[in-house]
Amino acid sequence: MKDSLPVPARIGVRAGRRAHARDKAPPGEPRAIGYLYLLPALLVYGAFVLLPLGHSVLLSFYEWDGITEGTWIGLSNYQDLIADPQTRAAFLHSLVLILFYSVLPVAIGLLLAALISRTDLRGLTWFRTILFLPQVVPLVVVAVIWSYIYAPGAGPLNEGLRAAGLDGLTRSWLGDFSWALPSVGLIGTWVQYGLCMVLFIAGVQKIPTSLYDAARVDGAGPGHEFLAVTLPNLRNEIAVALTLTIIASLRNFDLVYLTTKGGPGNATSVPAFEVYNQAFEVGQVGFASAIGVVLALVIFAITGVVNRIAEARE
Amino acid sequence: MLSGRLSIRCLSALVALALALVACGSVTPGSSDDGGAEQPQSSSTSLPKEDVTLTVWDQEVRGGQNAQIEQLNNEFMDEYPNVTIKRVAKSFTDINKTLKLAVSDDNPPDVVQANQGRVVMGQLVTGGLLRPLDDYAEAYGWAERYSPTLLKLNSFSADGDQFGTGNLYGLSQVGEIVGVYYNKNKLAELDLALPKTFDEFVDALETAKQAGEIPIQFGNLDKWPGIHEFQAVQNEFAPKDYLRQFVFGLGDVSFATDQNTEAASVMQQWVDSGYFTPGFNGVKYDDASAAFTRDEGVFLITGTWQSPLFGDEMGKNVGFFLMPPAQSGDDPVALGGEGLPFAITTGSDQPEAAAAYIDFITNEHAAKVITETGGLPAPKGAPSVPGGTVLGDIFTAWDQLNATDSIVPYIDYATPTFYDTITASVQELMADRVNAESFVDTVNQDYSDFMESR
Repeated sequence: MKDSLPVPARIGVRAGRRAHARDKAPPGEPRAIGYLYLLPALLVYGAFVLLPLGHSVLLSFYEWDGITEGTWIGLSNYQDLIADPQTRAAFLHSLVLILFYSVLPVAIGLLLAALISRTDLRGLTWFRTILFLPQVVPLVVVAVIWSYIYAPGAGPLNEGLRAAGLDGLTRSWLGDFSWALPSVGLIGTWVQYGLCMVLFIAGVQKIPTSLYDAARVDGAGPGHEFLAVTLPNLRNEIAVALTLTIIASLRNFDLVYLTTKGGPGNATSVPAFEVYNQAFEVGQVGFASAIGVVLALVIFAITGVVNRIAEARE
Repeated sequence: MLSGRLSIRCLSALVALALALVACGSVTPGSSDDGGAEQPQSSSTSLPKEDVTLTVWDQEVRGGQNAQIEQLNNEFMDEYPNVTIKRVAKSFTDINKTLKLAVSDDNPPDVVQANQGRVVMGQLVTGGLLRPLDDYAEAYGWAERYSPTLLKLNSFSADGDQFGTGNLYGLSQVGEIVGVYYNKNKLAELDLALPKTFDEFVDALETAKQAGEIPIQFGNLDKWPGIHEFQAVQNEFAPKDYLRQFVFGLGDVSFATDQNTEAASVMQQWVDSGYFTPGFNGVKYDDASAAFTRDEGVFLITGTWQSPLFGDEMGKNVGFFLMPPAQSGDDPVALGGEGLPFAITTGSDQPEAAAAYIDFITNEHAAKVITETGGLPAPKGAPSVPGGTVLGDIFTAWDQLNATDSIVPYIDYATPTFYDTITASVQELMADRVNAESFVDTVNQDYSDFMESR
């Protein structure tokens, strides 16, 4: 157990030695008292997070409609989940959405952070606030605004394309089988880039200016400077941004529910939407739980990999 | 950041703890219901004399609906001063999501609005959570109040397996029909008379298209409007008895029939001829309705629930008719149904008072109150409303359908997953992604899977 003590506890050991030099018992003992301090938080955490989590795992082994007695069916729900093309497609869609919710916002955030931190702009706070704004608008409002923008008849997007003479590009964005998913994804990009940008601007500010000076003395242009100084020093911020946005993309429910309800056909269905649909609309609570559990595992796995990579380079 | 080994150890400890906590409770979900099995004993129309509180969960929260239920609740309490109604009003979405938990509670509400079909009412009946009302139906004479199809929609076999037959579990206040709204000025400009046959309707669509109008205003982003569009056409080809058998799952019927294929290909022809709003799969239902009130579109196919909106916005310029039959003079058949039924829970200790309440909100006086607040009462014998208005057209159509028993239920009642299947499939059919044959095959797959699993 000792080797796995988290870092702050180890610091505590060292500090304790000096303070209680005369005590015979090892510092930090009795250990049990520590768990007593943890108890209140653990109880709340257990009741509202662990218990429901465990309950969902348990439900996923049952065929249950939410009312009558459930039947234990072992792993059948998981087999169905793999066999059902519609559920598989939902997971695939959420992987596509990572591109729009995570990769694109991080790229845009980096670009904006590099631009803003390089220039000595008047009214910088203003620009930062405006660029961050999408992040604070409630998602329901976001969905309503974008449904309007994408509307096929008089929507601003199609109107704009027509005004530019690009009539051939106009389409029923949310009703088109090929374009609905990217259209929903772009809403996510718009929502998420502000968070990434703010994280990166904060990160850039703590990079010592001496590094930039050194790079400039060595004759680095803006591009080199970005690659050699800014990017490596933002590694931790990028890991945090990726973790947060990937989680947001995988558990995405609200935007799909509010814009397309998974349509047209099933072109934009995502796992979280399927959980809702199966549990509340179809009445297959066990199957819904199985999707939820798999979704949680996928989120753990992907964010785990992202953090592994970030730590490994450190 | 935690080291990898620690985080894995922590995670497994947490999961173990969670499972242990779960194991403390009863493990099999839904296993502790014991109140369901008792069969009701008494059934009289007399109310208890002592003070009674009736808890009622309803979803009559919008405008006129709210006004009528509040008025009827107050009148009921005036008539029976020892009864207090504790009303819990929730939206439709909200009530569907919380009803199961509430009804399976030890102390459930006495009266609830439980949506028709297998997913809500069927499962509640299977769980023994709703009280059969046949004894009260006989005592109060409810069978004379409704046309047979409307009673069937609120009926299930005692085990919840057979829909549309067996015990009666609830009564609905309001009726609804899906028909065709039309813009009177547009029809006059196009020099068109009201179509008397289906062919005349199709000719009208073509005339409108030639004149540069949107023949049918339609928005299907919400997915469910497609059901109404499809069934409006399907009723022209598939007989009503077949559709009822299909929805209730009675007898050996399939969706893969020539009539259904024909209906699907007619839908596709209409799409290809440009009879619908361009890009309809990306247009919101509400936006399409709003466009119709702004004189965009000649016809719009939807339910009677939109008549207050159209009546308010368009006044005398809007009318309503049932999709005309193939032969002039035949009885039109229409998609229709009724509002969420009021049902009594098995756990209610006041079934007498609850039955009296349900009787009160569906009787002749209630029909009058509902009409006054702009609703379409489901029970027979509603007072007439002035002709020449859209509501007048609707009342005439409702009477006609009930007199000939020509209402066909929503096909998404057919299986628990049918809503998903039919809405997604209609979107694919109308986007020309599949042809009519593979449309009926996909839909039939859902149906036969369910029938085999029963």
